[in-house]
Amino acid sequence: MNSTTSIVAILLAGILTNNMVLSKFLGICPFLGVSKKVNTAFSMSIAVILVMVIATAVTWPIYTYLLYPNFTYLQTVVFILVIAAIVQLIEVFLKKFIKPIYNALGIYLPLITTNCAVLGITMLNITDGLNFGLSLVNALAAGLGFMLAMLLFAGVRSKLDTADVPEFLKGLPITLIAAALVALSFLGFAGIGG
Amino acid sequence: MKSKKLSILTNGIIKENPVLRLVLGTCPTLAVTTAAANGIGMGIAATIVLVCSNAAISLLRNFIPDKVRIPAFITVIAGFVSVVQMLVKAFAPAIDESLGIFLPLIVVNCIILARAEMFASKNPVLPSILDGLGMGIGFTATLTLMGAIRELLGAGTIFGMTVTAEFIDPMIIFLLPPGGFFVFGILVAASNALARRQGKPVVEHLGCANCPSRSACHNAVLDGEEKPVECAAKATEEPKQEKVEEIKETTQEEASEEAQEKIVEEAPQEVAEENEETSETVEETVVEETDEKVGGSNE
Repeated sequence: MNSTTSIVAILLAGILTNNMVLSKFLGICPFLGVSKKVNTAFSMSIAVILVMVIATAVTWPIYTYLLYPNFTYLQTVVFILVIAAIVQLIEVFLKKFIKPIYNALGIYLPLITTNCAVLGITMLNITDGLNFGLSLVNALAAGLGFMLAMLLFAGVRSKLDTADVPEFLKGLPITLIAAALVALSFLGFAGIGG
Repeated sequence: MKSKKLSILTNGIIKENPVLRLVLGTCPTLAVTTAAANGIGMGIAATIVLVCSNAAISLLRNFIPDKVRIPAFITVIAGFVSVVQMLVKAFAPAIDESLGIFLPLIVVNCIILARAEMFASKNPVLPSILDGLGMGIGFTATLTLMGAIRELLGAGTIFGMTVTAEFIDPMIIFLLPPGGFFVFGILVAASNALARRQGKPVVEHLGCANCPSRSACHNAVLDGEEKPVECAAKATEEPKQEKVEEIKETTQEEASEEAQEKIVEEAPQEVAEENEETSETVEETVVEETDEKVGGSNE
């Protein structure tokens, strides 16, 4: 198999056709909760990409060399604990060594522990049977897809503020319907990258 | 006493329906409701985990140190999720297939962590079990309803039985992601309309108020109404003050359950300061009042 083509295919699938948020429904809470302003949406996405790639880099070897084949039933417990620990470590590390980044991303990190997109992508990498390198690419692609969806949706929501919304749809309902329309536009990508 | 227990049970089914009123656990709600049967399967699996984890956390509530409570809760929940995962795999492989990755993802379902944090860690075992059961039933009922609507519109069937498929062409879009968002939006609008008719507060948007991790993130307002950078800076520079604030708030929350009136006096100030951070009771009473006013002026 030509590895360059598969990398491109994984990137395209992760960002467009199999978008984390809009077609797999992972990470809906931050998608709806943190997308009111474009700059907060951007910071949150960067934090998610960071945690996703590092979490994949740690959980993949743990699963492949420690849990497989005898202890696969421990996957859920081990993965969530490892992710929680990694998030804590990243937080401590950034706080100590890279203060500006901590100030920008710090508050999003605790939220990411319970973000199903991170646990979801580490598990999907295992279920899809990807090797280590492709798992990392897949995590990166999923994170970029998350970012794209967040930024697009934040843009849509900033327009919603000034829109004349019918009384009964005000608030969360119109946000969800706007999300439906954004998801609809992503259906147009179906078929790209196989 | 008995009626109080009953109200804990029914609380989660209607008044604080986890999906439509608290807007928690949106990921599985949107993802698995392509068929009514999937909704029931997901609902029951989550209910079992919720009841067991609520019971266990309530029993352990005096032993878990406050600082590590979130990781401790997650570990307990993950244990029960693994048990349920194995049971489903063994006895209902079809459901395991259709739920896929969302079965292990019950671990990060906000409803379960939120109930552990807000209810089970503060209450005795029996009320915690009832609370878990009520929330679980509310979750299951909503998921089944949403699954039935999407299945009927998208495939013309309900629980696999043909209903309208023969004379109306099914609209496949309702089985695809946009349909999920759309049906969920309409359901929330409907529940808001019912709430408005009864003078109860409506769900405006997702905020920090219901998030289980909000104490962990220093109560930062993430939707951009306040400057999050300030919060982060405050958290690093003045840890002592921040801790005092946290304690104050927990005591306020506890107090709100017992003495609503005292807090209502403080409410206007608090609401002005941080709109979403106010405890549920305060929000409810305040919005109720404004709702009444609005209703009055309209008439």
